[in-house]
Amino acid sequence: MDQFLQQIINGVSLGSIYALIALGYTMVYGIINLINFAHCDVYMVGAYVGYFCMTVLHIGVFWSLLIAMLICAALGVAIEKIAYKPLRNAPRITVLITAIGVSLLLEYGMMFFVKANPRSYPPITGPLESKIIGSQFTFGNITISMQQVLILVITIILSVALQLVIKKTKIGKAMRAVSLDRDAAELMGINVNTTISFTFGLGSALAGAAGVLVGIYYNSINPLMGVLPGLKAFVAAVFGGIGIIPGALIGGYFIGAVEVFVSGAGFSMYRDGVVFAILILILIIKPSGLLGKNTREKV
Amino acid sequence: MKNLFQIHGMKRLIALVLTFAIVQLLISANIINDYLQATMVTMFVNIILAVSLNLITGFTGQFSLGHAGFMSIGAYTCALITLRLSTTFGFVLGVFSGAAAAALIGFLVGLPTLRLRGDYLAIATLGMSEIIRITFLNLKITNGAAGLNGIPQFVNWIWLFIFTVGTIWMISNFLKSSHGRACISIREDEIAAEAMGINTTKYKVMAFVIGAFFAGIAGALYASYFYFLKPDLFGFLKSIDILVIVVLGGMGSISGSILAAILLALISTYLQAFPEIRMILYSLMLIIIMIFRPQGLMGSKEVSFTIFRKIGKGFNFKKGRV
Repeated sequence: MDQFLQQIINGVSLGSIYALIALGYTMVYGIINLINFAHCDVYMVGAYVGYFCMTVLHIGVFWSLLIAMLICAALGVAIEKIAYKPLRNAPRITVLITAIGVSLLLEYGMMFFVKANPRSYPPITGPLESKIIGSQFTFGNITISMQQVLILVITIILSVALQLVIKKTKIGKAMRAVSLDRDAAELMGINVNTTISFTFGLGSALAGAAGVLVGIYYNSINPLMGVLPGLKAFVAAVFGGIGIIPGALIGGYFIGAVEVFVSGAGFSMYRDGVVFAILILILIIKPSGLLGKNTREKV
Repeated sequence: MKNLFQIHGMKRLIALVLTFAIVQLLISANIINDYLQATMVTMFVNIILAVSLNLITGFTGQFSLGHAGFMSIGAYTCALITLRLSTTFGFVLGVFSGAAAAALIGFLVGLPTLRLRGDYLAIATLGMSEIIRITFLNLKITNGAAGLNGIPQFVNWIWLFIFTVGTIWMISNFLKSSHGRACISIREDEIAAEAMGINTTKYKVMAFVIGAFFAGIAGALYASYFYFLKPDLFGFLKSIDILVIVVLGGMGSISGSILAAILLALISTYLQAFPEIRMILYSLMLIIIMIFRPQGLMGSKEVSFTIFRKIGKGFNFKKGRV
């Protein structure tokens, strides 16, 4: 039982990371129907920005998180403007290949600058932060580290903020309109390009936050760290129903839990395989995802 | 017109025999040394892979990111057979059972996933190839992450030539058949093709299985030349490598794939010492090609003996085909 609860807690931490990444995938897919392969590398860049803020600039954790989010948002917007915008009306396969290209460029460009060897995140400094993050609770045999609480809290804060932006603000309304019908939205006077850029920025900021949190939690980052979590986060987005924001959260936590339990049951070598098997199963059984509605294809 | 194509065919045959003889001569004169020969094997294996992926992605329009998975099935099957049956017969058996195994997996995977469209299919095939890789990583018989060692080497220039030319010949003939035309029509417009009475699922699966079959052959040749296999050789990046060739050569051009495979093999030989720069170059190439020339080097055109092609086209136009 203790083991079970402990696994759930670990699963929640991992799931939060996947959920944060999956939100970006799902928003971008919802608005321009593109699997943004580069998204997982934005997450990697976020981890490195956090790393450099803490080691070189000696900034505290929370400011580093904020800076990483801002830089990632800028990066996301730049990727969209440079690589995807010229292909707005191109066939989807063209944009998809471009996305793979951008992803590889970020990975190997980063590898060129920071070298391939993994780096370990610096210990948390600063009087307040180290006191908060270093501590951990124990209930019987269950250990909850403060880092895990931090990850969960930040994930909740960010997803609530995201929900508010999407439901309450004008730009959020524009996002929903564009994802429903781009042409109609344009006719209603919505600036489609700005809206798409904003979506990329928002999603990338979340990925950047996930990157810093992963650095704090797992303590090791490398230029290819985004590939697998990115794919799994995408699986999470598909599981919940791509384009649906609560779906991405549910999917993220589900995939995190599955992965932790498969490892816990002693099949850690197979955990990636299980996630992909889930993906193929969902795609066969209910391609629209858990919360998705079936849509009929129109000619 | 029949006569014309016979002359055309004769010319092609002469060109093939000449290529074969010249390379054979260069090998026996040791001008193509072992190092160059290894590059050549990579090049030809890549040609087979690219042409078979082109059938799936370029001609049928089904975006597959799992080609390395099929290649690995062919490679492991052939390696396991030749390790036990180290004769030429064993090698041929290995190549064909590797290809058959890849085709079978292609069928099993393709049947459900090919109902998906575009990007979903891409992710599903990517997931499939990761599952295959993880399976090989965990199986006892494939020796896990350490891989298989000391696979007997049977592949030489003759086998390589036979299998490469055979692949190109069979796939280009398939594309000229009514089945191939059906595949191309799916790429052009799936809904219209369906309305014209084409069983789109059947043809998509057919293209997928044929592509997987030849990827299996390529894997088997690879295994039989390079002695050594490990699951990491067949990761996501290998699939991307193949995709880059197809995209650069032009989706829907077999000769484009061949040219691109040769070109990229030369480039990567030069960049051998700088793998990071090579990947940066590849990724930039993908982005730039997609933005400025999405049709690739060749578009959907084929290199041929131009004058005959022109006359042939004239005939085709008279018959009212566009």
